[in-house]
Amino acid sequence: MIAVWANQLLQGVMLGGLYTLFAIGLSLSAGVMRFVNIAHGDFIVLTCYALLLLSTLLGVNPVVATLIVLPIAFLFGFVLQRFLLQRVVGENVLLVILVTFALSIIIENGLLEGFGADPQKISGGWMETATVALGDGINVGLFQVVTFVGAVALVAVLDLLLYRTGIGAKIRAVSDDVAAANLIGLSSVRIYAVAMGITFVTIGIAAGFVSIWTNFDPASGPTRLLVAFEVIVMGGLGSLWGSLAGGIVLGLAQAVGGQFDIAWQIMAGHIVFLIVLALRPQGLFPKY
Amino acid sequence: MATTAPTALLAVEDVSVFYEKFRAINHVNIAVGAGEIVSIIGANGAGKSTLLKAIIGQADRVEGKISFAGDPIIGRSTEAIVASGIMLVPEGRRLFPSLTVEENLGLGWEVGRKGEIRFDDIWRLFPVLKDRRRQKAGSLSGGQQQMVALGRALLANPRLLLCDEISLGLAPLVVNELYTLIPQIKARGIGILIVEQDIERSLAAADHFYCLLEGKVSLTGRPGDVSRDLVMKHYFGL
Repeated sequence: MIAVWANQLLQGVMLGGLYTLFAIGLSLSAGVMRFVNIAHGDFIVLTCYALLLLSTLLGVNPVVATLIVLPIAFLFGFVLQRFLLQRVVGENVLLVILVTFALSIIIENGLLEGFGADPQKISGGWMETATVALGDGINVGLFQVVTFVGAVALVAVLDLLLYRTGIGAKIRAVSDDVAAANLIGLSSVRIYAVAMGITFVTIGIAAGFVSIWTNFDPASGPTRLLVAFEVIVMGGLGSLWGSLAGGIVLGLAQAVGGQFDIAWQIMAGHIVFLIVLALRPQGLFPKY
Repeated sequence: MATTAPTALLAVEDVSVFYEKFRAINHVNIAVGAGEIVSIIGANGAGKSTLLKAIIGQADRVEGKISFAGDPIIGRSTEAIVASGIMLVPEGRRLFPSLTVEENLGLGWEVGRKGEIRFDDIWRLFPVLKDRRRQKAGSLSGGQQQMVALGRALLANPRLLLCDEISLGLAPLVVNELYTLIPQIKARGIGILIVEQDIERSLAAADHFYCLLEGKVSLTGRPGDVSRDLVMKHYFGL
């Protein structure tokens, strides 16, 4: 019985790593840039399909495929921000939501048109099936561990980037006061574009992990978005380490709920989210 | 029309600035030389800050000619103007409150000309900031924030410094302290354009002044050459 629970909790923590990966890009765009991207989940799914094309058509190893996609993702984010999203920055927040909602619909239907509604998955090969035995009947999948470590590493790297580098200081300056940044000769337009490029790199990394972890289909974006929102709100908007905490809380809640009754798995996550929101609306690790 | 000497660091010639249809600045001529302190005085809404915005490239529509070190700069990005050597100390300081003192200052260096003024010089000018360099700028007192704003501008190594209402909202003692620095900055050969509502303070520091009234230059000269009554008359348009 103890082993069953230990396995389940461990599984929950690992799942939290995956959820952190979903959320980290949204934490950057919504928390730091104050830009609510409704298409966040759809961009993750879109990138999953790009990886699918690379691995099926060209037979590229999924890890290599992800590495190929990352610089493209940066460029895509940069261009998207510079030439489309920048037009609604600083305007009514409703415009931002409408534009990204439109993008969400376009991506979902485009993928449906191109790939059909069938669920897809990328094979991780041996990585996917290998397990790590921790003794006493406690086992954890190697890929789950790699995902969790990847999530922690990504949070750490982004934290350093944002708080220890010149471009990080510029991004935070623009996030503090766009008009003041412009007054002293910081080009907020370019800094926004770079920040969105970085956000899309995290989306690429999330896609690399989730495309192996589980199935995806053209309509799975909004679910990813919901998870990402719950994670960043629980963690505290704009707090990167908070996102990791929020991800683990959500993963654990689902694991515990699922242990009682598998039908309660997803619902348990939402309920814990609502409880945290009610008791600590500023999140577990508030930044502001 | 007034002519400006070809040697002027900054030459604003026949410049008008518009907000939509409204002409906020109306055919204005102003010149600032290297190592010269020029003061612009005027009542609220006279167009002082608008003029600074036009110089730094943040005004929507500017007509006329603004040249810096002989090059026309209207239409250039603020980024390019700052990199070429004009830096603004904005009204209300406009620091980035969640960034540390050091980070705020560092941004000045980043956007600027990378010259001889370095962090050490700023610490020497404002020792109190060195002690607080890891503190968030938002947690400083108003006077200290103004020091950071001035330090940030100096770290850009400007050839021309634009100061917009640096005494606003500060205790007189703090303002005195800040104004004692102005001659030191001038001594480095930096041109300084000061915009103030505080006429006394502004005229006392300046080599040359312009009084703006409803977007036009109503009076100009050397502070010693004009009577206070005359200045007041042109300040209020009586």
